[in-house]
Order: sequence, then structure tokens, then C-alpha cells
Amino acid sequence: MADVTFTVDGKTLTAPAGTLLIDACRKAGIEIPAFCYYPGLSLQAACRMCVVRQEKVPKLQTACTTPVAEGQVFITESPEIAQARKATLQLLLGNHPLDCPVCDAGGECELQDMTFKYGAGESLYVEAKQHREEQKWSPAVYFDRPRCILCYRCVRMCGEGMDVWALGIQNRGVTAVIAPNGGDHLDCEQCGMCIDVCPVGALTSGTYRYKSRPWEMKHVSTVCTHCADGCKVTLGVRRANDGMEIVRADNRDKSGINGDFLCAKGRFGFDFVESAERLTQPLVRNVAGVLEPTTWEKAIRHVAKRFQEIVSRSGTSKNGRGQDGPGSIGVIGSTRTTNEENYLLQKFARTVLKTQHIDHERTADYATFHGLLVGSTGRAAGLKEIAAAPAILLLGGNPTEEHPLLAWSLRSDVRLNHARLYVANTQAIRLERQAVRSLHLADGDYEALVRSLSGDETALAGLPDAAAFRDALAGEESLVVICGAEFRGAALAALMRWGLSRPQVKFALLSDGVNARGAADMGVYPDLMPGYQMLAGDGPMHQEYAGMPVTSGKDYVAMMEAAGSGKLNGLLVVGADPFAALGVADGALKDTFLVVQDCFLTRTAAQADVVLPTASLYEKTGTVTNCYGDVQMVRKAADKAGVKPDFEILVRLAGAMGVDVRTLVPFGDSQGVRADMGQTRGAQAGEADRHAVWLAAHALEPKLSPFDPLAILDEVERLVPEYKLDRLNLFAGNESTTEPGAGFVSVESLLQRKDGVVAAHPGLFDSGLLSEKTSALQQLRRHQEKLTVAAD
Amino acid sequence: MSVETMSIFSPELSARFDELVTRYPMKRSALIPMLLYAQDEVGYLSDAVIDEIARRIGITPLDVRNVATYYSMLRFKPAGRFNVQVCTNISCMLRGGYKIFDRFQERLGIGHKGVTADGLFSLEEVECIGACCWAPAIQVNYDFHDELTEERVDAILEQYRSQNAGGR
Repeated sequence: MADVTFTVDGKTLTAPAGTLLIDACRKAGIEIPAFCYYPGLSLQAACRMCVVRQEKVPKLQTACTTPVAEGQVFITESPEIAQARKATLQLLLGNHPLDCPVCDAGGECELQDMTFKYGAGESLYVEAKQHREEQKWSPAVYFDRPRCILCYRCVRMCGEGMDVWALGIQNRGVTAVIAPNGGDHLDCEQCGMCIDVCPVGALTSGTYRYKSRPWEMKHVSTVCTHCADGCKVTLGVRRANDGMEIVRADNRDKSGINGDFLCAKGRFGFDFVESAERLTQPLVRNVAGVLEPTTWEKAIRHVAKRFQEIVSRSGTSKNGRGQDGPGSIGVIGSTRTTNEENYLLQKFARTVLKTQHIDHERTADYATFHGLLVGSTGRAAGLKEIAAAPAILLLGGNPTEEHPLLAWSLRSDVRLNHARLYVANTQAIRLERQAVRSLHLADGDYEALVRSLSGDETALAGLPDAAAFRDALAGEESLVVICGAEFRGAALAALMRWGLSRPQVKFALLSDGVNARGAADMGVYPDLMPGYQMLAGDGPMHQEYAGMPVTSGKDYVAMMEAAGSGKLNGLLVVGADPFAALGVADGALKDTFLVVQDCFLTRTAAQADVVLPTASLYEKTGTVTNCYGDVQMVRKAADKAGVKPDFEILVRLAGAMGVDVRTLVPFGDSQGVRADMGQTRGAQAGEADRHAVWLAAHALEPKLSPFDPLAILDEVERLVPEYKLDRLNLFAGNESTTEPGAGFVSVESLLQRKDGVVAAHPGLFDSGLLSEKTSALQQLRRHQEKLTVAAD
Repeated sequence: MSVETMSIFSPELSARFDELVTRYPMKRSALIPMLLYAQDEVGYLSDAVIDEIARRIGITPLDVRNVATYYSMLRFKPAGRFNVQVCTNISCMLRGGYKIFDRFQERLGIGHKGVTADGLFSLEEVECIGACCWAPAIQVNYDFHDELTEERVDAILEQYRSQNAGGR
């Protein structure tokens, strides 16, 4: 819309006609207070805090419902307005308890802030306050009725934002009260968004209530560890006996790809870090066959010695069954570790263990996805692009359950941008409610759908809506195609070829695991190197990895089989549980030297010869790539004595095996590592120099260690063409999206390989091992199960 | 044909609801009349009534409650067969509305919002029922009784008792 010019407090502002005054002012740095107004939600105009004086209008106007027009003149701060706001506060405080000293919101409460600003310190109300006991609506959500100021944010967030509609308002009038849909409990997704938007402490979180004061915590912005959407999460950490403990998770500054949003896993799923079952000491199997705690030094030395023996000798191995020498150790990587760790792991496997047998639990066919995009530009959609796309085709998958942020982004896109969502699925999914068209397919019909989209009239002929669906899509100028992990191999290729034949079609492929995409991108594959490069070749990476095996290795399943039949003499498992995933019998690997790096004693770890306790994603630094290719910075928040990041463990192992760790991690000043000497701290000229001089003068100059994952990020950026990252953006806490089109690889060869994908379908409270060990998520799961049983 | 195969309402009411939801551009506009008619037939808004109405207009039971709880004439508990509503607003009050209300309380042995043990009568003190010219006035279900005196209270009660005994 055309811009209009208007005046606020004597300043001339310009904004598109129809912009709400409150938005226009906030953009211009003029603060207008509001309780009920919340960006992105419908207007309520209930709280009267945003009142402003408009010239030639007799009464004060609410800025949240006033669209700006040419020539208007507003005053936003004056004694009259301050008095009006103060009166509003006096009414709100009439029955509001003064329990701020124990209230969770105390210190970050909007009502407190406004009272502080407008000074409604003295109450005109002398009657006794109406007290109501707090109610537990679910293990996650508690309601303290007297604190509620009836702003309706929670009601709108739950309904419009989440499309759950679990909160309502009853007995409208002086006795109005927020009510949950279950009468005395909540039957919902337990996302906790209502708690997040509550401006006061009326809705509080089961995991955080009465635990801490906001100012006691240090807030660290990192990435959620539970699913492949990779929401930014701010962890509130506090000093504890054995390091730093996490007491709260939210997205405090509402920045990043997820903005306001976090789901139950992100918001409540962090107590696995403090679990009593957490491993905090390395374990080595002793002569009696029992795992015994030991020191890190002994454990590392032991592993290094055994690996060294297996790699350096050749011929029949000690047990007389397998062959020692290069290629006799298998490596299994993780979808939960960082890009740097995955990169280092494959480099360690290929150059130190000299093996081609390396793989991870693949949850989506990124190799094919990538292969088809090579050579194109701008065909991969990051999450922010998806959230603003005018038309989206969602094929398969169930975002509401498995990709909560994607579901949120699609709902918001439809609601706020009038995007058109097309859904085709073999099961009924919740997002159909937002779809302009949806198509219910029979099992195995996805390929027929792709044929139908490509113009084959006979495909899906039995489905009456299919033709209209195809024609509607053909009419879209631009389209983002999001497909579930069920699309792989030839089916994925056919779909993408259809999309690539049209201009302005972008793609995203869903997967499971916070860094499932990263593990694939970083070449944790038996036949592909970082950036999906073929093993044979003479690119820069091949030159640096001189001497590595160039024949394809065994994949995940084949490795476990080979180990089970004694053909693999060593197996290094990092953050995975193949015994549980593949149903391997206990004792099956007794002839294999099994080393496991994990946070917990998984079934696989219990079978290991050495178990090395690792830091979780919340306890280390690095980057992760979500399933849309958005790379984000992970920052160390919690700290647990005794554990080490996988990165450090691998470097130490290499060191103990006699490898010059400089060949593995380009640290120090030889290979272009840069340190932050203060350059990032702002525009103050000369600050960098002052820091450098002062540090050098006091012998405090940064000693860059081989344990610094960011040293590997340099190498990743240098050798993996897809990872040309906007560093400043990345370090500032934003996402930097990869460009698969920049890669180089032969598509045909990728299509001929076995994709080996086992799609995982975790629910709203499930992320495998970590959710199992998170008591808050287990409580929520049990609460939901009880509701389901009651409903039947 | 009824959209509800398992309706808790009578066939007549069911048919009326089927038609009612088609009258408005948005189905939920029919919500309040539906609540009122359902209450007239069932006696109060039971959970089953709320669930069925929600289903019929495609909103959640919570949405129905959000609206219904605002209206004091919609109730969530059974009333007596004869619901006595005594007005005590200004005109009736000045002309002895409270005396009438007291007399009902005494005769029925129940207070505001009470129901007699036999379920025959319930009593409510209500706001203006629009009969100020003939104050004091009461409403029993949909029947008005006006220009009342305390003495007439007994006769009114007797009238409904015999109506009940007569099975009408």
C-alpha cells in the first residue's frame, strides 16, 4: 500500500497506509505500552494501555486499532495519557496479588514494568482481595487466577497461533476467567506458548515455577537438540554443584528462524542434562568383563592403543577371525552432534583409522536431494523462505507432530500472509485445516501423484480431486515443495525433476535429528565425502585427505552385520544406539573392540569395551544444520563435570595415536584461524588494537587450541562449497543458509546408490534417547496418554 | 435429513436445528438460539447438549461454554419443572418484589437458585423481566404473573402443583 506521512510526538513518520499506529511507532522507536496487543495475533483492544491522543478526535484512541492515514497527528506521552494509563493499572491491580517477590514473572513482568513507569503504587481499592488457589492444568501449565489481567493473549496464541483452541474465557463480565478445554485440565499439545506470551505470572511453567529469579540466571542462546527444525532456544543457566545447570528454556529475544515459537520439547525438554543416569566418568571393561570407571587419560590411552594395533598391523587379527589393517574399523556417527564433530569424525575415520566404513542413521535421502540441486541456484528453501512463501506444497510428513516449527510457520504464513497451502498425504494430518486444497492418497500413491503433477492424465485417475489439485498447482507462479522423508531415491528424484522443470520452485526435505542434515552434508557416509563428493577424484579435499581409502565402505546395517560375524575388529559408535535401533542381540559384538561415545549407558554402550561420556548439545560449541539447510551457532550453556565434547575426544584419540593433530584440526596461526580480538564488539575504532596490545602485554593472548571446533568450521567453509556461510550473521545468532546448488557431484551416480533411509517419526514429546531421559517430557507423555485413555 | 445420526434432541428440534444453521452466513451465528431451544427441551445445558451443539456448528465445546457462561438465563444444572423467576429490579422492588421473593423462599423452603427436593420447583431472583407496569411480577417458565401480593403466591404454587398432578 502507498506510504502515508503522519506526526507522532512532533516527529514526522512514514509508513504504509493501514499500518497500525502501535506498529508504526514501535518501528520508529517510540514505545507504546500494551498488554493485549501481540504482534501476529488478532486485535483484542481490551487493555486500554495503548491509548494515545489524536488531534481533532474527542477521546483517547487505542493505538493498536488505529490504522495510520495521511496527515494524522498523535501525541503518545502527556500527563493526560499517563493518567489514563495509570487508571488502567489501578483497575488491573485492584485484585492483583502483591506476590511479586515469589512470582515467577517478578523481574520480567510487564505489569510490574508498567506500574514502575506510571506509578500506580497506591491503591484506591480497600476491600479484601479475592483469592483463588492456583490450578495445575497439566504437568507443564499452571494457572494462578488472581494474577491474570485478562489480556487474552494466551487464548489467541493457543487458537490462532497453535490452532489448538484449548483456552477460552468464561463468565465474561466481572467474574471472567481463563478456562482450559478439559474443565480442570488442558487437553492440548502442551507447547507452553500460553506461558510464553503471558505478560504476568498467571500462567507458569511446570519445569520452572518457583525455581529461580530471572536475574539469577545467565541466558545463553543456542539451538534446541530435539528435532531437525533447529529452533533457537535461550537456556537460562545457573551455577550448580557440578557445573552449570539449566533451569529454563525459552526463546527470550524472539529472534531467529522460530521467532516466538518453541514446542514442548524445546521448552520443557532439558532436564536430561541433569539426569542421574548421565555418564560422567569413562568406563573400561576390566578383566572380569565388567565396565569399570576410570580416568580420561587411561581410557583415551587404552582406546588409542587398541585402535593403533588394529590399524597398523595387517593379517589375521588376534581373535583369528577378521583381518586387521586399514578398513578393519567401523565408525557410526550421530544426528545429534555438531557439523564440526561430524566433519572431524569422518576425517578421523578416513585419515587416522584409514577406514571407508563410516555411516550414520540416515533419516532422509539428502544425497539424492542434493544431487538434483547441484548446478542450480536458489532452489533450496530455508525456513524463513518457507515462512514467507506465497504457495507451499506439502507432500507426506506430519509437521504438526514431527516438525512443530514448520507447522507453526505454515500456519502463520497462511494466517498472516494469506499463503496457499496444498497438502497431499496418505494419512489425515492437522495442517489440512489450513490448506486450500488437500488430497488424500492411498498408500504408495506418491509416485502416481508425481506423475499426475507432471501431466500424466492416467495417474490418479481414480481420485476425483487430483486433476483440480494439479491445475491449481499449475496456476501458482512460485512454489515451495516440502516433502517428508518417505520421499527418497527415484520418487524424490522424479518429484524434484518435475519441480526443477518449472521456474521458481524451491524444495525442502524433512528429516529427524537436530543435525541429520549436517551429518549428511559433512559426509558421514561410506560412499560420500563432505559436500556429497565422491570418494574418487582429485578435488582440493581429496588432495588434503591423501592416502584415504577410495572404495565405498559398508553402510550402517552392513557394518553391524560384519561386526557381528567378526569381520570388523573395531567399532567406534558416536551418539547412536545401533543395538536398540537394529535389534542386535546382546553379546553379538563380543569379538569386536567396541568404543561408544554417548551421554547415557545405552544398550550399545552397555556392550562396549570402552564408554566415553560425552557432552550433550547444550554443553558444547559448534554449528548445526537444520533440515532446511539453515546453519546456526550452538553455544555452550550447561556444564557437567566429567564429560567432554565428542570433538575433544576425537582430537585426543588422534593425539594419543601419534597423529599430528594439526593435520586434523587446523588450529594455531598456520592455517588461517582468526581469533576475535575485539573486532566484533562494535564501532569503537581502535578497540581491537587496544585488546590485542593489552592481552599480549599481560601474556594473555588467545592460545588457540585443537579443541576449538571453530577451527574446523574454517576448513569446512574452505572445502565444502555448499557451506559458504555469512559468518557475522552466524555469530550474531542468526541462521546462514547453505546453497546445495554450489556443490559438485554426479547426479546419476547418486541415484544408483542405496539410500538406506530409515525414516523416524517421533511425536510431540519424543526425540529418542534424550526425551526418554527427560523427566518433564515423560510426565507430559503420561499426561497425554491418560487423556487419550479417558477419551476412549 | 438430520446431519446428526445420534442426536440427543427430539426429531422436531433436530430438524429445527438443521434448518437454523443454514440461515446465517456463518453457522455459529445460530449458537444462542440453539442453546435456548436446547435448554427448553432438555431443561439445562448438559455436557451432552454442549457437545452436540458444538458438533453441529463445527466449533469446540469450549467455544460453546465461552459464550453460554455469559448469559445468566442459560443454566448448566437442572432446574425444577417450574422455574420461578422473581424480579427484584427497581419497579418490582419498590412495589414489594422482595416480599414476594421471601414468600416463595419460605413456601418452597429453598433460596436463590435452589431446587425443591421433588424437583418440581426452582427459584431464582432475576433482573428486570419487562413487566414494570404491572410490578411486582414473576415469570414461571414462560408464563407471567403480575400485580402480585404475598397471598397470591400460595395460589400460584397451588396452580402449578395441580397442573403437575393433572399430568399436563
